[in-house]
Amino acid sequence: MKTVSSLLDAEWYERYKKISRLNIRSSIYDVTDRCNLRCKGCFFFSSGEHERASEEKDVDKWHSFVEKEMDRGVNLAILIGGEPTLCMDRIEAFYKRLPTFCATNGLIKVPRDRFPDMMVGLSLWGDSQDEITLRGQDTFKITSANYEGDPHAYYLYTITPKQLGKTEKIIQKIKNIGLKVHMQLLSNDEDVNGFSWKAEELIAIRAEMDAMLDAYPGTVVSSKYYHEVITTGKMLDRTFGWSECPSVTILRDNRDPQPKRLTNFIRYASDLKTVHRCCTSETRDCSTCKDGAAHMSWIMVNKRAHIKTTKDLQNWIEVYEMFAKLYQFIPW
Amino acid sequence: MTTDTTQTIARIAEIIINELKLEDVTPTTFDADLDLVDEVGIDSMDLATIALVLRDEYGIRIDEDDYPKLTTVRIIAEYISTKLAEKE
Ligand code: SF4
Ligand code: SF4
Repeated sequence: MKTVSSLLDAEWYERYKKISRLNIRSSIYDVTDRCNLRCKGCFFFSSGEHERASEEKDVDKWHSFVEKEMDRGVNLAILIGGEPTLCMDRIEAFYKRLPTFCATNGLIKVPRDRFPDMMVGLSLWGDSQDEITLRGQDTFKITSANYEGDPHAYYLYTITPKQLGKTEKIIQKIKNIGLKVHMQLLSNDEDVNGFSWKAEELIAIRAEMDAMLDAYPGTVVSSKYYHEVITTGKMLDRTFGWSECPSVTILRDNRDPQPKRLTNFIRYASDLKTVHRCCTSETRDCSTCKDGAAHMSWIMVNKRAHIKTTKDLQNWIEVYEMFAKLYQFIPW
Repeated sequence: MTTDTTQTIARIAEIIINELKLEDVTPTTFDADLDLVDEVGIDSMDLATIALVLRDEYGIRIDEDDYPKLTTVRIIAEYISTKLAEKE
């Protein structure tokens, strides 16, 4: 039987032990159905998820809901939307009790006196031209002013095919304001004209992401294995898709056989009752889904499948470390 | 070590080998003191699956809060013995 220590040298084994007992149990919450932007290709609005439920407006109910979520074993709240920062009181219901991550477009600054160490993920969709095309304005101008040098914020850079060959400029800009960046890919079925991945573009962007990680290791929070898996949809000898996805809401998961999945994962709508099928849009085609968190989790929940060779296990460790850094379970 | 404990250890090892589809190891060659997380690489979901099988087999409930303590096959066997003794 292959054991962990038989595959790793002392340094890698220490890295493994730092993450092996973290037992992160995340769930995702739509904080609101509203947004101060309307981006082309936003799955939340394009799939009508903003109309699935009507927001719970009583903030006391948010507080009691979070207590119940903790009883369910959740130890990481991932807040999405709409735009969570439109409802700071609701964010606070999570932040007061739990490690909390807030995904935001960054136009409204999270007040650091109220949320001193909450991790904030700032969405960014490309250079100023693409930002204007897709989101109606260049958000970087505002978000960089709001968050320059903030140790608890990073950019969540959604790369589109139009960004091929242009990512370095953006990463350099992020480096210049002292922030980190994590890269993810736009999924094809968001169906924005000219923003659909072709096979050869995925090969090219993988190489570009690898090059960015090599050139900016202090700025880019990523791993080459994650780049491989997200661009190819393959992990070891398996193919990503519905039958493998770990990010399916447990209450909606009727798959048989059950794949390895996130323990008790649920994505709640903002009425705190309705649940969504998974971490992204229900209308998305699983076979072309490029959801970054789902791919990361796919690798993470399949640890034992990676205890085969030294390289496989090192790949797994790097992806787990990346996730743990992005959600502040270990330092940058 | 009693025969009972030896048997329990072998049975737990067998369950883990089957559930995790471990290769190149048998219930008798499985090291009862091997750390299940640090060495075998099991995670909390694996442990939850194993806990269900143990519950059915021994008629005991393994509290989720106890998972972090159950680090080796021997410790699981002792945990089961204690739970069974409490039941009697
Ligand atoms: S900022 Fe986010 S939630 Fe708002 S429209 Fe854009 S992608 Fe959607
Ligand atoms: S759309 Fe993506 S995240 Fe959702 S179930 Fe399908 S593969 Fe998983």
